[in-house]
Amino acid sequence: MKALFPIPASAAIGLLGLAVVLVCAMFAPWISPFDPNAVIGDPWGPAQPGHPLGFDNLGRDLLSRLITGARTTVFVALAATVIAFVIGVFLGLTAAILRGLTDAVLSRFNDLLMSIPTLIFALIVLSALPQNLMVLILVMAVLDATRIYRLARALAMDVGAVEFVEAARLRGEGLLWLLGREILPNTMTPLLAEFGLRLAFNVLFISTLSFLGLGIQPPTADWGSMVKENKDGIIFGVSAALVPGAAIALLTVSINLVVDWLLRRTASLRGGRDDG
Amino acid sequence: MPARIIGRLLLSFVLLWASSVLIFGGIEVLPGDFATTYLGQSATPQAIANIRLELGLDRPVVTRYLGWLAGIAQGDFGRSWASGQPIAEQLGHRLGNSLLLAAAAAVIAVPLAVGLGIVAVIFRDRLIDRLINILSLAAVSLPEFFIAYLLILVLVVQHPVAAFPATIYGGMSLFEKLHTIALPVATLVLVCIAHMMRMTRAALLNVLSTPYMETATLKGLSRLRAIFVHATPNALAPIINVVALNLAYLVVGVVVVEVVFVYPGMGQYMVDAVTVRDLPVVQACGLVFAAIYIALNMIADVLSILVNPRLRHPR
Repeated sequence: MKALFPIPASAAIGLLGLAVVLVCAMFAPWISPFDPNAVIGDPWGPAQPGHPLGFDNLGRDLLSRLITGARTTVFVALAATVIAFVIGVFLGLTAAILRGLTDAVLSRFNDLLMSIPTLIFALIVLSALPQNLMVLILVMAVLDATRIYRLARALAMDVGAVEFVEAARLRGEGLLWLLGREILPNTMTPLLAEFGLRLAFNVLFISTLSFLGLGIQPPTADWGSMVKENKDGIIFGVSAALVPGAAIALLTVSINLVVDWLLRRTASLRGGRDDG
Repeated sequence: MPARIIGRLLLSFVLLWASSVLIFGGIEVLPGDFATTYLGQSATPQAIANIRLELGLDRPVVTRYLGWLAGIAQGDFGRSWASGQPIAEQLGHRLGNSLLLAAAAAVIAVPLAVGLGIVAVIFRDRLIDRLINILSLAAVSLPEFFIAYLLILVLVVQHPVAAFPATIYGGMSLFEKLHTIALPVATLVLVCIAHMMRMTRAALLNVLSTPYMETATLKGLSRLRAIFVHATPNALAPIINVVALNLAYLVVGVVVVEVVFVYPGMGQYMVDAVTVRDLPVVQACGLVFAAIYIALNMIADVLSILVNPRLRHPR
């Protein structure tokens, strides 16, 4: 297996970064050295033995908040992406199989949703909805589903025109069989790569919303709101706000590196021209 | 060709109208009563009834929507619930500021991105190309506020050459304004340049792999001449498209950057309004953002019809 697909250095770095963040997210309560919400030092106190990253704006241990924050950020981004995929892929494949009116209605509505920028749409919706985690995840998922719908529909249109799907249809298989057994397996790789890209986007998106004060509410630690809490320190030369920012960057860069590798690997498998 | 372009224009108007319905109606159908939100949880029923009457929320939705639309057609966006001031005044002033920011970023980013994309193709697979690739991957992955605070830390705190916060006001000369907005503009440029550059590179490479480019190479044209004279015109449509999309992105990207730099633009206005649930302001800003976004997308499509001879002269 290893000889067939040697892992390039960039992908290895990506996988390593991803692993570090995921371990932090999964085992946060056991790894984090202190209570992330306990005030145990001076506001913006410098790094010292036992507190390698120093303290935040209230004097909470920055490392502990960073590890706990990984959990919130990864959970919200992952949940939103998964729900978006379920909605987007299901509707996209349905539109591609049923065609006709269903396809037209779904696609035009999708165009409409996509004609308003994602962030602006989220701001409008969040201004009217109650602020809680479930609402946040669902809003992100629905907005993201529009992009996935488009991709899934296009892919399924390609595959759906192929003979074996036509054969299954003529055989009298139902919608669910066509979706699950014929079309989905053949659209898996591009969808997987898209999953990575959407996940990276959602990490940035939830962080941005939290940074604007409209995402996850205090005192829950997440990377975006940690930047917001500590941003005033920048002017005094305190770099506490940059630490969660760098964590977000580490996660998204890692995801992108892995996706890059995945896409390149499948491109060479298909024998396509190598365009770098 | 004219029919195609007119069709595209009409589609934009339909989209704009539909998004106005979505923005107005979407807030209506969502759960949660505005009067209650506006007064807080502990309001008495009488107070809620009064406020609904005062804000005109007792009238039917369709009446209010038509009134809202008619007002906007005359340049009246209604009044802010939070301040009671007319929205149009604030909006015009802040839209100008935001457009200044976006335009300054575009003027720098577009030539730079297209130029670097071409450089990457000329030096394909060499050190410069690799370097540009890595940097663009990093730029795509970094959150805007991270880049912004990094710039502030280096260029304001450690080596004081730039201004923070980027507060601009009426009496400033253009030069003073440009100096003040240098950092937000730099942030926007860094954020949007990578995507444009990667797409320029990809579009050019796509054209380079066609048989006629092989012919150009085989008949002895120099690589530079082949790229500039033969390949670039054919890669123009996708490049223009991605440039316009990124300009649209810029207009939205200003939201975060304005908040970081405390810049008095439309993004900041909208975020503040969302925080206090000042819905008329949110709706007005949302509609203006959507209108700009739809317009830029339309321009992208129209331009790619204009630069593509096959679309210009359909058989």
